Amino acid sequence: MTLHIGTAAVNGHSHRDDTGSRMGMWLFLFTELILFGGMFIVYAVYRFGHPEEFQLAAQEMDTFVGALNTIILLTSSLTVAMSITAIQQGRKAVSMLLVSMTVLLALAFLVNKYFEWGHKFDVGLYPRAPELLSRQPGEILYFGLYYVMTGLHALHVLIGVGVLAYILFAIGRNRITSTSYVRLESGALYWHLVDIIWIFLFPLFYLIH
Amino acid sequence: MAEQHTEHEEHPPHAVSYGQYILIWVGSLGLTAATVAVAGVDLGRWVIITALGIASIKTLLVLNIFMHLRFEERVFRVFALVAAVTLAIFIVLTFFDYAFH
Repeated sequence: MTLHIGTAAVNGHSHRDDTGSRMGMWLFLFTELILFGGMFIVYAVYRFGHPEEFQLAAQEMDTFVGALNTIILLTSSLTVAMSITAIQQGRKAVSMLLVSMTVLLALAFLVNKYFEWGHKFDVGLYPRAPELLSRQPGEILYFGLYYVMTGLHALHVLIGVGVLAYILFAIGRNRITSTSYVRLESGALYWHLVDIIWIFLFPLFYLIH
Repeated sequence: MAEQHTEHEEHPPHAVSYGQYILIWVGSLGLTAATVAVAGVDLGRWVIITALGIASIKTLLVLNIFMHLRFEERVFRVFALVAAVTLAIFIVLTFFDYAFH
């Protein structure tokens, strides 16, 4: 590695360390793991204390919408992973198409989430709603966790859309190319983490009744 | 410059084929279908264990193939393991505290 840096400096090239860049992204993802992990622990403790009430509250969930969003995120993970193979093969247009599909799927996820939350609000199941407060403590806790955890996840999806849009722009401007694509790799890593968080949110909130 | 890099790099970039990715995607969809199907069956205590088990298998597929962990240098896997063990310690300690209050 030292030799490599030295050679780059002597030849006047800018120093590039793709492995180091990816490792930086992984380290950031570990902080995300601790952030969401803390919330999963809060969920686990409250669910342990109120198992029946959590099951009752989960009956309000639409399993179909949850499953649909799971399929959407899994597919978006596929398209962004394939975009790396495309750029490695020098297929710029294919790579851009795949990243565009990822963005569209991310937006579809958010649209579903919008209607899902909207429906919950309509039936009076939003934080501090009189209807919700009239229910048992465990149900109130369940919906509190539901809004905080899926809300923070949705925020990550929204940030992911921004990151992927930037990547699309960078590929278009030839700033990401077949020989220099670590930014696409890092963006994809972030996107896969968002998928993994949802892989756990889906069964814990939708499939416990 | 690109040539110089490949000369010094220990691991040349690993290209995963579309087919491999699609295989993992199909597998993950199958596991999603399985977790939804199993949720309708009353398994008592095993409900949460099967749900988290299936989620963990899906996560391993995403980590290893989509996120290229399998093809990275070993240190990446060591880091990931340390992060997972740290979270596991948090969970275990929390429940020890909670159980003996």
